Amino acid sequence: MSDKALLVLEGGTAFAGRPFGAAGRAHGEVVFSTAMTGYQEMLTDPSYAGQVLVLTYPLAGNYGINRRDVESRRIQVSALVVREACDVPSHWAADMTLHEYLASEGIPGLHGVDTRAITRKLRSFGVMMGTITADESPEEALARLRSLPSYGSIDFVRAVSTDKPYEWPDKSGAGKLALSGAEGPEKKAEEARYHVAVVDGGVKYNILRLLRERGCRVTALPCTVSAEDVLALEPDGVVFSPGPGDPALLDYMVGTVEGLVGKVPVLGICLGHQLLGRAFGAKTFKLKFGHRGANHPVKDLLSGRVHITAQNHGYAVDPEGLCGGVEVSHVHLNDGTCEGLYHPSLPLLSIQYHSEASPGPLDNVYVFDRFLELVEATKGSA
Amino acid sequence: MADKPSKVLIIGSGPIVIGQAAEFDYSGSQACRALREEGVHTVLVNSNPATIMTDEGIADTVYVEPLTVEVIARIVERERPDGLLPTLGGQTGLNLAVGLADAGVLQQYGLRSLGTPIETIRKAEDRELFKQLLDDIGEPRPESETVTGIEDARRVARELGLPLVVRPAYTLGGTGGGVAHTFDELEHIVRGGLTASPIGQVLLERCLLGWKEIEYEVMRDAADNCITVCNMENIDPMGVHTGDSIVVAPSQTLSDKEYQMLRSASLKIIRALGIEGGCNIQFALAPRKEIAEWSLSPDGRPPYYVIEVNPRVSRSSALASKATGYPIARVAAKIAVGKRLDEIPNRVTGKTTAAFEPALDYVVVKIPRWPFDKFPLGERRTGTQMKATGEVMATDRTFEAALQKAVRSLEVGGRSLLWEDAAWRDVDPREYVSEPTDQRLWAVMAALRRGATPSELAKLSAIDPWFLEKMAGLVQMEQRLLSEPLTPELLRQAKRLGFPDEAIATLGDRLPEQVRQLRLEAGVRPAYKMVDTCAAEFEAETPYFYSTYEEENEATPLAGQKALVIGSGPIRIGQGIEFDYCSVHAAWALQEAGVKAIMANSNPETVSTDFDTSDRLYFEPLDEEAARDLLENEGAYENGVEPPSIVQFGGQTAINLAGPLARANLPILGSSAEAIDVAEDRARFEELLERLGLPQPPGAAVHTVEEALQTAGLIGYPVLVRPSYVLGGRAMEIVQNPRDLVRYVSEAVATSGGATGKPILIDKYLEGIEAEADAICDPEDVLIPGLMQHIERAGVHSGDSMAVYPAIGLTQSEVNTIVDYTQRLGLALNVRGLMNVQFVIMRPDGRSSDRDGGPSTVYVLEVNPRASRTVPFISKVTGVPMVRLAINVMLGKSLRELGYEGGLRPRQSLIAVKAPVFSMSKLTGVDTYLGPEMKSTGEVMGVDYTFESALAKALQAADLALPSRGSVLLSLADRTKAEALPVIRHLGKAGYRLFATEGTAAMIQAVGFGVEEVPKRLDQGHPNVVDVIREGLVDVVINTPEGGQAATLRDGFHIRRAAAEKRIPCFTSIDTARAAVEAMAGGERHFTVQPLRDYLI
Repeated sequence: MSDKALLVLEGGTAFAGRPFGAAGRAHGEVVFSTAMTGYQEMLTDPSYAGQVLVLTYPLAGNYGINRRDVESRRIQVSALVVREACDVPSHWAADMTLHEYLASEGIPGLHGVDTRAITRKLRSFGVMMGTITADESPEEALARLRSLPSYGSIDFVRAVSTDKPYEWPDKSGAGKLALSGAEGPEKKAEEARYHVAVVDGGVKYNILRLLRERGCRVTALPCTVSAEDVLALEPDGVVFSPGPGDPALLDYMVGTVEGLVGKVPVLGICLGHQLLGRAFGAKTFKLKFGHRGANHPVKDLLSGRVHITAQNHGYAVDPEGLCGGVEVSHVHLNDGTCEGLYHPSLPLLSIQYHSEASPGPLDNVYVFDRFLELVEATKGSA
Repeated sequence: MADKPSKVLIIGSGPIVIGQAAEFDYSGSQACRALREEGVHTVLVNSNPATIMTDEGIADTVYVEPLTVEVIARIVERERPDGLLPTLGGQTGLNLAVGLADAGVLQQYGLRSLGTPIETIRKAEDRELFKQLLDDIGEPRPESETVTGIEDARRVARELGLPLVVRPAYTLGGTGGGVAHTFDELEHIVRGGLTASPIGQVLLERCLLGWKEIEYEVMRDAADNCITVCNMENIDPMGVHTGDSIVVAPSQTLSDKEYQMLRSASLKIIRALGIEGGCNIQFALAPRKEIAEWSLSPDGRPPYYVIEVNPRVSRSSALASKATGYPIARVAAKIAVGKRLDEIPNRVTGKTTAAFEPALDYVVVKIPRWPFDKFPLGERRTGTQMKATGEVMATDRTFEAALQKAVRSLEVGGRSLLWEDAAWRDVDPREYVSEPTDQRLWAVMAALRRGATPSELAKLSAIDPWFLEKMAGLVQMEQRLLSEPLTPELLRQAKRLGFPDEAIATLGDRLPEQVRQLRLEAGVRPAYKMVDTCAAEFEAETPYFYSTYEEENEATPLAGQKALVIGSGPIRIGQGIEFDYCSVHAAWALQEAGVKAIMANSNPETVSTDFDTSDRLYFEPLDEEAARDLLENEGAYENGVEPPSIVQFGGQTAINLAGPLARANLPILGSSAEAIDVAEDRARFEELLERLGLPQPPGAAVHTVEEALQTAGLIGYPVLVRPSYVLGGRAMEIVQNPRDLVRYVSEAVATSGGATGKPILIDKYLEGIEAEADAICDPEDVLIPGLMQHIERAGVHSGDSMAVYPAIGLTQSEVNTIVDYTQRLGLALNVRGLMNVQFVIMRPDGRSSDRDGGPSTVYVLEVNPRASRTVPFISKVTGVPMVRLAINVMLGKSLRELGYEGGLRPRQSLIAVKAPVFSMSKLTGVDTYLGPEMKSTGEVMGVDYTFESALAKALQAADLALPSRGSVLLSLADRTKAEALPVIRHLGKAGYRLFATEGTAAMIQAVGFGVEEVPKRLDQGHPNVVDVIREGLVDVVINTPEGGQAATLRDGFHIRRAAAEKRIPCFTSIDTARAAVEAMAGGERHFTVQPLRDYLI
């Protein structure tokens, strides 16, 4: 492996560093996250599919990679760019190094780069396509980059969703890799209180873990599932998961939402929130550089309270077109964008941020409780 | 929510002591300004004059008065505030708030405790209540029990097993605590802890030695919104006080799961306590699998314990503020008057609000600054009792570089990580790794150099292997620098790991200047990046900068006229908060004069490193390399013209940079490097005094014992001897006879390598009246705002002397002489700006009375062409804005243009006494006697209209006041016995019960007072002299040492240590004792309590 590699941005800038992880090229939309911990969770977050993740915080790999902290069945980012990739991690739970993890899953990494400089660039010019390369000149890489389909034109959801339904914890599908994430300290589900169906547009395991912990039987479903098929399972509630890419491409999922709203309590998280917004007439739009990190303040308009949230999204709901009685329940304190929806009479709610954390603050797991209250209330009245 | 208060009383933290340093000036000043923005009238009380918070213009009404419940009650009565903010004055503020509540003052005057209810203070501070709270909310705490006596302690030890941690209730910096491994140790520590605790209570706790120690800074508003500002990881694991730990932010070895687990616990705790404002929470986290995996069983307890909560802003919160850019004190003050987090703007970004969590994109390392360069004989082991006087912070994009920059910032004799103790040459340094001391970091490096592995050292030290691996990486780079050619690539890699030019030069066998040139030629320069609270996500309006070897430089030069103020670095003995005060005023004065102020400093505890004190802040080590780099950065785009530097305000740190900057052709504002050199170089200074015809104590520089004896014989004993260089902490000494001189000089010569080494300075010791003048000089005039006379005669370091303004004990002709000498010196040295001159006055009759008995001789002891530690004191009591005048003079204005004339200003009608404050109870093994080496950590001021009242206030504020009745132990050196007679008569007549050692007792009996004799030697039965102190039989000790470092000094040592540990006043100078006795007799009960400005005419 050559000891030099580049990150070339669509805008023409090249950042030189050293390769690690798997050898080779990789491209995607270049995004940054300012979170200081949780690189493993970020790497395995399906919402990063199709993206080159730049960590602004300069250190990754310091506590290694362990079998518990994965959020999906594989690394989802196309490439990882860091200032320093620590080769000698220190943690009792560490099973391998970051380099070994990336290498084992065929994902290229680039280290030794001024990731703050990249962040400032993306902050000023917006996210853009980019590629990691070790065997091309910047010009060649740029030319190749410009011939590739743009991030916004690809439906990544189909790629990251599960092929077939499964129950969590999954002993067959999700557990097939050494790093399963299905183990861990969840409480044993006693008699399941509710049955919750999760439409997997790129679900993070922690959503499944938290539902399970709350006494739910959890069934994950492919993103292409129809409303009828969902209802056939007779779930007490349905969760639309987070996921990657432009929600404007996902009419088929919007249709599923439309078919379920009013029939069963619905919780939309991140992409799920955007789908819910679309189902109620709103359009979505692309943010300049997205919200990615663990420190985003969101105000709950109903209670006046501010919560610190974990976020990972590049698109937002424009509340302008909302209809059908749905209202904005949360806004982002920094830029005022819509961060949540609720309906005064229908059992549904949605949030743009990641209530499941992992990585990030656990302040918002209450959202699951609130959803289960809706489930309980609906069940009681049925 | 209650109404917004209209007038708020803020309690300051008093003098700088170990455990309570400049951080509370920083937080208090910030809070005062934040409240004024909210339209709240602020009333501030603090006894420490060397603080920004006590300046006019920070608070609306400022009281510089002793911090006692009685005094504060009088202020409350006078001011009638409706709110009390107790959380900004450290432990002092909290304890006083509780005291005010207990005394019924809060209730009587309808005074509301803002931010943190008094009940919460009690819950967090009272061990039992805190335990109960944690149990109630299901947060794990180490098994423990509170005891109030030794027998109880033994029982608990039998139940829980040893080792146990002993923590006294309501003390600061862990005073009086420790880890007991044996029953003997337990008894000893518990005894000390019970004394230290104002409520006589200690907690015995399960020992978590070796667990990770993690801290969180948490904020909460009245609407129950909570955020964490950051977390911090102590590199030294549990067992070492966090103030004595090397700390890194954010945590480096925690996974996100662990980070969030502790974060969630923090929020739960602050909510349970009901704090509105900030608090600091400390956790012990299981470091190893067998412990951590408890959490895997569903019913298992989580793998951590809650150790401590500070329900207030703290040293850690100051560090967190500087590490993140999030102004905790400011936000806490706003919350206290009812603002919600999302209503408080984030001043750094200018766009977002305080309701967010800072994202760091760098690593911050804090290293404590210990006083063992001053106290080489002190116990260097660190434990639960904090010993550091201050700290430094460094920021970089890697841990290694931040660590090395922090080491540079410490300013311990130019020590880099390459330093090794001479003792390690013959011993395996591994031996020094297992025990935490101030030198452990260097011992780890030394052990790694000798082949120890990180995992081996991790076992020995319980330091996480991650940190040790990083240090091993530094050793690898050292080896490359030793063996490989200095290619641009290697240089760049070394700089990215934080190696200073000087270390690269040492390893690569070059001169530091050559390394600098090499790297500049190779384009290896630091870039400067912002601390912006948001990891670059938003544009920042008022960020500050740190250097790093990365690609993008964000600090484009400031436009317009600008100047660099070089700060004073970490708080240490001899260089305290006074210099930060001066640096801050320098920055403000520059701004007022239309010049942009650039600040450089390395101390996170200070106002100078607050983001809005200057136009631009560089958080950097204060050494030549850093200063030149940042000056070149500021000059880069202005045709290479670097801004001038101001070196007068940052103490010795800044003045030491004058030479290197001048040699690098970098401009200096104010007195030139040449003027500074004349004042500092002994030979040149002697020559100057001779030319001016000013008397100085006779003396010489010598190289051998023979020369020393000859010189001393010529000038006569006693003599003052000192090395002209730093030598393993060897102090200045007053030598009474040839025998001691031979001992001192032969030891010094042996260490310095014989007659070719650097000289030893011998001066006639003149035991006269000491006085000093601070002056501001322009080319025409020398303005002396005021003179100070010391209470102690010469021989006590000026920083440890009590001093009175004005110099009420001097004759007019003595004053005239001092003024004349000061003016002549200022003009001859060509001083531009500040100067301090110290004098000793010898009267013909040898007495200290001020009756004119013939002309006195005034000797010049030394001149410092820079701001002295008395500048804040003199500025406050004379009303002359000394730093502002000095800055304007440096910028070219004349004193006359500024409205001042040369000469001594007419005196104010007030009298002010400055008293030193020591931290001796915390420094085991350190002798407390006053001598020519400075030992105090801080100071207080007593101001009133009579000397007696001012003195009484100063003593009370310094905790040196004599009780009106009680018992005194006297043990006096022969040479001071006669002088002590008036003191003894005074005490005898006032009805004190007297204890004395043999010789002293005989003398007391001879003058007709009853006395109980106690054996001085510890092996001559009980109760001996130490027993009577330990058992609380005496309230005050007067002990004058015989001098020299002989056996007599050791006898007295036990007495003085016992007094220090018992925390009772111990006077080692008859002069101080006399003053204290007089003050007790005088106006204590009559003193005035009024705002400082009311004292000034």
